[in-house]
Amino acid sequence: MLLAIDLALIIEKLVLIVIVVMASLVIAMYATYGERKIAAVLQDRRGPNRAGPFGILQPVADGLKLFFKEEIIPSFSSKALFILGPSLAMLTAIMTSAVVPWGDQVHFFGRDISLQIADVNVGILYVFAVVSMGVYGIMIGSWASNNKFSLISGLRAASQIISYELAMGLSLIALLMVTGTLSLKEMVLEQQTGYWNIVYQPLGFLIFLICAFAECNRTPFDLSEAENELVGGYHVEYSSMKLGFYLFSEYINMFVSSVIMATLFFGGYDIPFLNEANYDQNWMALFGVLALMAKVVGFIFLFMWVRWTIPRFRYDQLMHLGWRILIPLALFNMLITGALVLLKQNNWHF
Amino acid sequence: MSITEILFWGLSVLALFGAVMVVASKSPIHSILFLIVVFFAISGHYILLNAQFLAIVNIIVYAGAIMVLFLFVVMLMNLNAESEPKKNRMLQFAGLISGGCLFLVLIAAISDTTQASQMVQMGGGNNGLIKNLGMVLFKDYVLPFEISSVLFLSAMIGAVVIGKKEKENS
Repeated sequence: MLLAIDLALIIEKLVLIVIVVMASLVIAMYATYGERKIAAVLQDRRGPNRAGPFGILQPVADGLKLFFKEEIIPSFSSKALFILGPSLAMLTAIMTSAVVPWGDQVHFFGRDISLQIADVNVGILYVFAVVSMGVYGIMIGSWASNNKFSLISGLRAASQIISYELAMGLSLIALLMVTGTLSLKEMVLEQQTGYWNIVYQPLGFLIFLICAFAECNRTPFDLSEAENELVGGYHVEYSSMKLGFYLFSEYINMFVSSVIMATLFFGGYDIPFLNEANYDQNWMALFGVLALMAKVVGFIFLFMWVRWTIPRFRYDQLMHLGWRILIPLALFNMLITGALVLLKQNNWHF
Repeated sequence: MSITEILFWGLSVLALFGAVMVVASKSPIHSILFLIVVFFAISGHYILLNAQFLAIVNIIVYAGAIMVLFLFVVMLMNLNAESEPKKNRMLQFAGLISGGCLFLVLIAAISDTTQASQMVQMGGGNNGLIKNLGMVLFKDYVLPFEISSVLFLSAMIGAVVIGKKEKENS
């Protein structure tokens, strides 16, 4: 036989991949609607309310508008890279979802199907690798546009992402010391039986949260889109759906980082105060997915709440926060965690 | 052919193609992007060898950090195919000869090894898994590990010192 792989496994994984990608796209789509509604509430307006009841069809209308706009590729740009930029931004945004455990196992057609596309034993490092690849979409797009404003914006975005990646990695090391595993699935299983990791790592979570805001280029760290100084940011030259991809990848990034935060610190698909083993497996898996989604919606709301509350940082303030405050804080957190883990191994004797 | 063999050949072709394009492409930006492709292909090889940790770290460190800095510098200097300085004929010739010599030495060294005709065992062994790697690093090779970390630290401090000096001068 040419390919010695279970055909049912391939189908199962393909279906799962399609569902996860579609779900991320739809959730990101409605995140744009949510953002406009939340902005409206915070600013005492009504928000979108014309397309459908409560403006529920607004994202569809936005998408159609972007699709039907004229597509312009500037003659002074490098064409291949100009197209590669938004594609990469979209690709890296979606790729992270491969290692996220969306739920427990379900039992269908006599098979145990895990609701996770790939249980890699270096799961969290995979997430980190994909996040660090996320810079390329912005950098390539901004350079290929051959426009000074977009180049400045791209450089800003890249240096911001590189700087905050360090603090993010350091805060993760402390978490890994507590959990003792790199696999996201095992982390969730640990949190199901014990306490959520937020109990052990409150400072680590705070650092991770701030870094997630910076990695997603969200306000207060959206220096790369500072429209009053940079016209529009790295996507000035983009139009039609390519612009749409850049805007959309921000929302997908936001969704995925909310999922990662919920998984790492808030128990993933764990339902609090409930022993899942006592109930029917399939129903518990379904409720687990819903529990994860509820946590994710909470985080997305936090992202938007902060965006419409806190003004943008200045660039030197951003770098000061990243290098002089967050990194030492993360190092301190790492040392404290290491000492406590060591003490616990010695049964609290020095 | 099993699926690992198909993947092996696919990744090898990708790696070699990328490597050739790094040298052949005119624009330095394209060279960097092809180098990233090479890193990804090599990471794929690591995964085939069941060294997942190495594969991911290769992507994080080389593709994710070092190449971003390369891209940064090239973008800031705005090196284009047009602004590329004309290369000296003699230099090109010298490069060809030295590169060819290295190639010959490598070929000779590889063909001399006893295991050259054997294919690498794929998917077997668990030396590359993070648990075993950590055990080996922190039990058998503690001293080299610590010494290299001191080396890194001194390099970091050196970079900070250089960066500060320039600031004072301006």
